[in-house]
Amino acid sequence: MNDPLVIAGKAYTSRLLVGTGKYKDFAETREAIDASGAEIVTVAIRRTNIGQNPGEPNLLDVLPPERFTILPNTAGCYTADDAVRTLRLARELLDGHALVKLEVLGDPRSLFPNMPETLKAAETLVKDGFDVMVYCADDPIQAKMLEDIGCCAIMPLASLIGSGMGILNPWNLRLIIDNAKVPVLVDAGVGTASDAAIAMELGCDGVLMNTAIAAAGKPVMMASAMRKAVEAGREAFLAGRMPRKFYSADPSSPTQGLIGS
Amino acid sequence: MIQVIVNGQPEMLAPGLTVLGLLEARGLVGKRLAVERNGEIVPKARHAEVALTDGDRLEIVVAVGGG
Repeated sequence: MNDPLVIAGKAYTSRLLVGTGKYKDFAETREAIDASGAEIVTVAIRRTNIGQNPGEPNLLDVLPPERFTILPNTAGCYTADDAVRTLRLARELLDGHALVKLEVLGDPRSLFPNMPETLKAAETLVKDGFDVMVYCADDPIQAKMLEDIGCCAIMPLASLIGSGMGILNPWNLRLIIDNAKVPVLVDAGVGTASDAAIAMELGCDGVLMNTAIAAAGKPVMMASAMRKAVEAGREAFLAGRMPRKFYSADPSSPTQGLIGS
Repeated sequence: MIQVIVNGQPEMLAPGLTVLGLLEARGLVGKRLAVERNGEIVPKARHAEVALTDGDRLEIVVAVGGG
């Protein structure tokens, strides 16, 4: 099926985007990402440990930017300024690469986004030439504001980051999807395969996840399950589900030709 | 000597040391990293010419696992 996900003018086959945190080691990271089929992988930007373990392998040696679309993120940033600085460093690190994931957090306990700071950072980044995929609250009005600023993908949470609580407000997601002309991806909250399928059946263009795979009992197997769930959910959405009916007076088998009639 | 804050830590460095010189001394040349000096990016092409001055604040970052 030719059904690409187009983000900032580039077409991707996979609608599953994955994070690279919380894995046991780089080998497991790579194996899980391969099993997920993801083409876009998100990474965090952190200070190097100067003088410590100079021979330590680098994440980008395990996930070469020639093979994967690296999506640097601003996880851990609580102000627009920190997020913008982090992504300018990321652009330098990745030789001018423009596609980024903006997230500005508001609260360390819930990791809920700070939307005023997110809007502010989005404006600066779009003006500065970045292609901004933006993590946001599931608020259709602010999602539209982010789109109007020029973000290339809107990424509302389904539930809190790392919570695995699934899709808590499908109707808000539907409002965001129905309003948007750019891709809408669920970012955060997916716990298991059915959550990913539900997001896609709602009409999301993709799903971004990390903990649901990395914290599974068998991360590589869960990565494979997520790949199938995203594909299944997408096909179900495109196929169009049957209407819900409390009762059906319309059985699947013929009502004529029964023996003894 | 000059004092430079490198990744939040004060360091005493030789006057005239360049960004490239600092990276060389730390075994970081050739690694995928990015440098910010006093809030401004120092592009890779300029690492050899930008000399550090007293009171500079440097950030040297890499990509790590994250979601």
